[in-house]
Amino acid sequence: MYCKVLFIMTDHEHLKTLTDIRNIMDRSSRFRALSGLSGVSAGIIGLVGAYIAHSWIGDYYDRWNMRGGYDDYDFAGLRGNLIVLGFVVMAAAFLSGFLFTYRKAKQNNLPVWDHTAKKVLVNCAIPFLTGGVFILALIYNNVTQIIAPCCLIFYGLALVNGSKYTLQDVRYLGITEIALGLINMFFLRKGIIFWAIGFGFCHIIYGALMWWKYERKGSLQT
Amino acid sequence: MSMNPIGNLNKIFESRIRLGVMSVLMVNEEINFNDLKQMLEVTDGNLASHLNTLEENGYIKVHKGFIGRKTNTTYAITPVGEKAFKGHLAALEHMIRFTK
Repeated sequence: MYCKVLFIMTDHEHLKTLTDIRNIMDRSSRFRALSGLSGVSAGIIGLVGAYIAHSWIGDYYDRWNMRGGYDDYDFAGLRGNLIVLGFVVMAAAFLSGFLFTYRKAKQNNLPVWDHTAKKVLVNCAIPFLTGGVFILALIYNNVTQIIAPCCLIFYGLALVNGSKYTLQDVRYLGITEIALGLINMFFLRKGIIFWAIGFGFCHIIYGALMWWKYERKGSLQT
Repeated sequence: MSMNPIGNLNKIFESRIRLGVMSVLMVNEEINFNDLKQMLEVTDGNLASHLNTLEENGYIKVHKGFIGRKTNTTYAITPVGEKAFKGHLAALEHMIRFTK
């Protein structure tokens, strides 16, 4: 009888201990400071980038029609501009993403730079840099048709690989990006649309979902 | 097996900090002192003494390395430690189920 009472008294404590253990395991192996707003801001920047690229490409074809033919010099100009735009958009998206994550970390007293952040970065970097070099090789060899789907596929692979060390939602975003890239391979002339969906809308949707799940006031986990 | 399930709980893991250290090491191959301190929100001295206890019991192994000139001490779980920790968890789970 005495034992029974003792168990009931400590039952709650044991449950709490188990929950604590799970939390510590999760917290120490996953980078949790990642903010959904980072995704939303990166998505908006991606959409702006896609819009600018779209209008540049439109202008290019207008000039093509006016001229009545292809022009090497004009094409080289467009290509150069698009590459620069791509890098600027990527840098801006990363910067804004970092700022929102930094803010979340400070607000919730989470570390921004610890071993989990390093793991996410290293694991994302492997497919990401592979893709980067791969795409540079495509540009070098003038195989420009498949650049857009390759961006999506390698970025998706980077997210899937890094997601083991951060919020699980990133994994699904990665899978979505890979799927979009693969579909894009069959509709090569629609690259800009897939780009806008993958880097724009998907980021905004997933970012908003993550914010709703983890950061909104009254959300389950904060 | 003893009739009293409390007997299966590991005395060494009664301390929340030691339990925390083991939890972290279960999911990380190795981890350094500062990361551990940051995660468990404890003071240097406190953490060091608990790490000593775990090391003396053969539950963790310590590796003293260097990053440049600064010492970088890392900790990893041993097979003995892993077994003890899993046993402790099983005992906790058993007790919760047992009393329901």
